Amino acid sequence: MKIRLDNVVKTFDTFRAVHGVSLDIASGELVALLGPSGSGKTTILRMVAGLEYADGGHIYFGEQDATDIPVRDRGVGFVFQHYALFPHMTVGENIAFGMKVSKVKRSKQQMEARVAELLRLVKLDNLGGRFPSQISGGQRQRVALARALAVDPKVLLLDEPFGALDANVRRDLRRWLREIHEELGITTLFVTHDQEEALDLADRVVILNEGKIVQEGTPEAVCRNPNSAFVMNFLGDANRLGATVANGKAEIGGASLEAAGFGDGAASVYLRPRDLDWSATEPGIAATVTRVIDKPDGRRILARTAGGEQVELDVPPETVARAGDQGFVRIHRARVFAESASN
Amino acid sequence: MSAPLRKKPPRVGDTPAVRRTLLGFVLIVGAFLILAPLLVILYQAFSLGVGVFADTIAHPDTRHAIWLTVLTALIAVPLNTAFGVAAAWAITKFDFWGRRFLIVVIEIPFSVSPIVAGVAYLFVYGLQGVFGPALDAAGIKVMFALPGIVLASMFVTAPFVARELIPLMQAQGRDLEEAATSLGASGWRTFFSVTLPNIRWALLYGVVLCNARVMGEFGAVSVVSGNIRGQTNTLPLHIELLYHDYQTVGAFAAASILTVLAIVTIIAKVLLERQGAGRAGRPALASPAPAAQGKTP
Repeated sequence: MKIRLDNVVKTFDTFRAVHGVSLDIASGELVALLGPSGSGKTTILRMVAGLEYADGGHIYFGEQDATDIPVRDRGVGFVFQHYALFPHMTVGENIAFGMKVSKVKRSKQQMEARVAELLRLVKLDNLGGRFPSQISGGQRQRVALARALAVDPKVLLLDEPFGALDANVRRDLRRWLREIHEELGITTLFVTHDQEEALDLADRVVILNEGKIVQEGTPEAVCRNPNSAFVMNFLGDANRLGATVANGKAEIGGASLEAAGFGDGAASVYLRPRDLDWSATEPGIAATVTRVIDKPDGRRILARTAGGEQVELDVPPETVARAGDQGFVRIHRARVFAESASN
Repeated sequence: MSAPLRKKPPRVGDTPAVRRTLLGFVLIVGAFLILAPLLVILYQAFSLGVGVFADTIAHPDTRHAIWLTVLTALIAVPLNTAFGVAAAWAITKFDFWGRRFLIVVIEIPFSVSPIVAGVAYLFVYGLQGVFGPALDAAGIKVMFALPGIVLASMFVTAPFVARELIPLMQAQGRDLEEAATSLGASGWRTFFSVTLPNIRWALLYGVVLCNARVMGEFGAVSVVSGNIRGQTNTLPLHIELLYHDYQTVGAFAAASILTVLAIVTIIAKVLLERQGAGRAGRPALASPAPAAQGKTP
């Protein structure tokens, strides 16, 4: 099922949560809504589900205008961050709930067969008789997914599905969700504030800030070509250095970068720690090491430039550096943004 | 708080002297303040023998008082249960202007003296009251009749069910209901198969407390009932009447019935608490719902 959001607006009291968001989701696509808290991503998801109504704009499911269809009749599967399993029902009863209340009547055998099938799909074959309080968080979230899938939803919506789980459980579940998505091919929209999760799982990432879409594209596109300082910062660690642009070149005390298309004046240069190197000799930006943090896959050097700005570098483990050392930061890759960016 | 197995310095405030003093104080006060009067009731009720006790209970006026009390409870408790569930639902599942105000309003009967409520009803529904003449013209008798007694009892017990449910339903959030609705359940279906099973113990607990209070209510009811023997006398009022008539044994016999009702209530309450109802109840199985993203700036 194709989903289309057309200029959707939502206001809570006096606070604009979502400002005119338009978005097309192709049938069978797995899309992540990524943004910091308060960016409106959950509100958008809840509007698609029908758990909130849009104050303006339209939401289409296929060709049908679904804006005012109540959640009950919208045919979406919704998975909540905190699972929202019915605590007084067994896992099997939870999964069967949607079929039981459905207008489409099914026989007991049909329901049992479907529950068994779904339990197999989510790899919880023997847990049908347990209560939600008797299984782990990861298992609960899988039950929640099975429950949402039981009524053959047109669209699957997940609100921070792995937010309440441990890091390694989260990684496993992500891969597993991707597999299920490939198996079922159901259009899926999920919300997360974790960029790693979004990039790991989604076909397409929609990055939101303050109720607006800032950038959307494949993980590759948004990673390689962030269109703003916000996206650059949000997708991963980034250093910001002040620069001066003159004649298509950005000058940062000691280094010069290509900055075609920028007017003369102040600009910001954003640099990933991995795109920087430490050298005892010139060329580079003169800096003093303030601290070195050792990690399994390398070292992170915290340094202060001659201009007084903080820089962090991820360097190979054999790099020699100690607090107080003087040296030079070499830039392999960087992005220049106009000075308007607040951070 | 059991005695330490090994000899080690006591925790702060846990020295033997403090323990003995505190425990002794509480036990003595409890015995004189609560236990002794209860025992006296039973002792006095049977002081002239079981025969007199039985006669008192069998007296038509006493029997009528018991019946009226039970009838009042049968009407007031279900109505207040419905009110409590509706109020708790509205307060915890909806956002609306004046939500906090409604919570305060529901709590008012706890802080207002019941007799004030009785007098207020008199001024609203009595003959000189606001609606009195209109009701009288329509031939509806509210004051000094069953409706007045029920109304006064309901006023006093209005908060009981809601108070039990609100904290629980707040902790449970709206996730379960939203999940049920997104799976296609109707509002009624959601209420009966998802909401109700999750609040049932707290609800029963509230009902038990509400019932105990309805049956024992004196102040508000005494103003609006008119104390007509054999007609508008509830059990607590009847006890007072007997006492003023110097029928000590009768008063204590009637009182013992109320006491038995109270003991049954306490047993029910304890059983329910074992099931996890009440304020110290287990945390809701469902995790609290996260506030919807971006609801506040």
